[in-house]
Amino acid sequence: MSSEFFLPDPEGQVPSPSGYFGAFGGKFIPEALVAAVDEVAAEYEKAKADPAFAAELDDLLVNYTGRPSALTEVPRFAEHAGGARVFLKREDLNHTGSHKINNVLGQALLTKRMGKTRVIAETGAGQHGVATATACALFGLECTIYMGEVDTKRQALNVARMRMLGAEVIAVKSGSRTLKDAINEAFRDWVANVDRTHYLFGTVAGPHPFPALVRDFHRVIGVEARRQILQRAGRLPDAALACVGGGSNAIGLFHAFLGDEGVRLIGCEPGGHGIETGEHAATLTEGTPGILHGSRSYVLQDEDGQITEPYSISAGLDYPGIGPEHAYLKDTGRAEYRAVTDDEAMRALRLLSQTEGIIPAIESAHALAGALEAGRELGPDGLLLVNLSGRGDKDMDTAARYFGLYDDKGEADVNGAVQPTGEGEK
Amino acid sequence: MAGNVELLNSVLAQARTENRAALVGYLPAGFPTVDGGIRAMTEMLDGGCDIVEVGLPHSDPVLDGPVIQTADDIALRGGIKTVDVIRTVREVHAATGAPVLCMTYWNPVDAYGVERFAADLAEAGGAGCILPDLPVEESEVWRKAAAQHGLATVFVVAPSSRDARLAKITAAGTGFVYAASLMGVTGTRESVGREAQDLVDRTRATTTLPVCVGLGVSNAEQAAEVAQFADGVIVGSAFVKRLLTADGDIDAGLTGVRALAGELAEGVRKRT
Repeated sequence: MSSEFFLPDPEGQVPSPSGYFGAFGGKFIPEALVAAVDEVAAEYEKAKADPAFAAELDDLLVNYTGRPSALTEVPRFAEHAGGARVFLKREDLNHTGSHKINNVLGQALLTKRMGKTRVIAETGAGQHGVATATACALFGLECTIYMGEVDTKRQALNVARMRMLGAEVIAVKSGSRTLKDAINEAFRDWVANVDRTHYLFGTVAGPHPFPALVRDFHRVIGVEARRQILQRAGRLPDAALACVGGGSNAIGLFHAFLGDEGVRLIGCEPGGHGIETGEHAATLTEGTPGILHGSRSYVLQDEDGQITEPYSISAGLDYPGIGPEHAYLKDTGRAEYRAVTDDEAMRALRLLSQTEGIIPAIESAHALAGALEAGRELGPDGLLLVNLSGRGDKDMDTAARYFGLYDDKGEADVNGAVQPTGEGEK
Repeated sequence: MAGNVELLNSVLAQARTENRAALVGYLPAGFPTVDGGIRAMTEMLDGGCDIVEVGLPHSDPVLDGPVIQTADDIALRGGIKTVDVIRTVREVHAATGAPVLCMTYWNPVDAYGVERFAADLAEAGGAGCILPDLPVEESEVWRKAAAQHGLATVFVVAPSSRDARLAKITAAGTGFVYAASLMGVTGTRESVGREAQDLVDRTRATTTLPVCVGLGVSNAEQAAEVAQFADGVIVGSAFVKRLLTADGDIDAGLTGVRALAGELAEGVRKRT
């Protein structure tokens, strides 16, 4: 395979043929979806073996997305991270503003290969929805995006972007009205319309083959970053950090470093109002093994296996599950996972904005907060790589309310965004 | 104590002997309350159902439409626990002597403990389980526990299931096969399509197990239509609706449930 940007896992060791990463993964889906999911798996295997697929995807990733994405050193930010050197992998500079486009373009090509004409997707922060709506516009596919009603309010700008791109956006009013419920509703749609519809799943969770397939489309993040940091810093980082909701940008970054034992892999989970309050979405920190959305992984649940409602200021991380490969990396000890609170993330968001002129997504700000802590632990000799998975434009309303940036709060309240519950300076 | 798989088999065989389809009713446990649910299921059986499926309400019912989602929400807000579902099975079976199955998403069973769940369900007099998000490939641990405790494992087949796969599923199943009449979630539908009969025919070609049809059946006319080609007719959302529309008047709801069971029971006997 001579592809430069489409880089399916060359190891081929995990998952197993039935989709297991150790004890995690599998395929827990209704019989009605088995044929469709098997079709996705079979088509993906064919695509991997087809040089034309890699060539078409590479062309899109270079000329449409803008790969490779930059690696930016952030010295003024790093002064607050114990003086360690900090490099950001700039997935925020991709077309549509986040890493999500990597996976979406790959799956959109698969959709065409399968002869399907309609795409559905879930979205939390709206980044996966925007990327999906974008690819559907590009390829002339019908597009329906499911988004929790709470998220349509706190990410109203992205709802408008999706509609501008021609997608139908359905606000989901069941359950906690966030990402998990959007996925439930997308599955219901898929069962009913599977003949002509592909469910363009947005993260490394879900039934096999999605955890491996979505990972493969994001592996480019880590492969590029590893090469870039070796060139720029002359060595591998001491730690690579990424935020984890479902875990797609983190697995994309981590995967290229799995064999580099000296590189710590640190996933930053949404700690919400603090683990001790119970209001968080820190699935690997606080969850237990269970089944959600088609695979076995860690899940936030009660003793009866009912899924508990997560909370995070970040719509993109507000999810009670996690991709099964992360569960595997946690249990094998290869990766470590830490909870970062809303307040820590928001402080990191402002810090990067005001020291480097880069406004990160609230999701990515969790990884930045993790880097501040890791840098202080490592000291001035430390070298950190952080995945800046998305840009913060979409979060300006939430941030403005959090920090009190509007001149007239009443006048600015035009879209009914949820009120932040945190204080700017605690 | 062994579960009641044999009771389930004999009730289905009896319906076949009578040249009619069996009537299977579904309600979630804990809806509108645990005791109200027990009464409603008892009425269903007294009113004409042969078999009842006790739903285990779940926070994330991805295979259910709005009607059962609403009932599940009410049950969960009422604080339903898995042990209450087991109690529902016990009391409904004790009151009626009928076969009582549990229908549940897999995670609550996984969380409760597979062996413990099978043992407790059997001890309560349960006849088996329908596990709609546990595909046959992931089912071995459950099937071992079910067989050991005398419980049926009812698999769902769908119009999208190809013939080779149908054979694999029906070879692993016991009790009966649940044929989903259409591609979609639970809920009442205007009509039951041709694809249901096609699926039943293709399923029968692979097994001697009875084949019961669910999803979308809500009235006597549809029940009679399905009874022409299936061994059983499964009705859920229509029963839930009777309780929902009674809006808290439990006695009115129970009367509605019993009346619907009676109408459907006539329907499944109209074989031409």
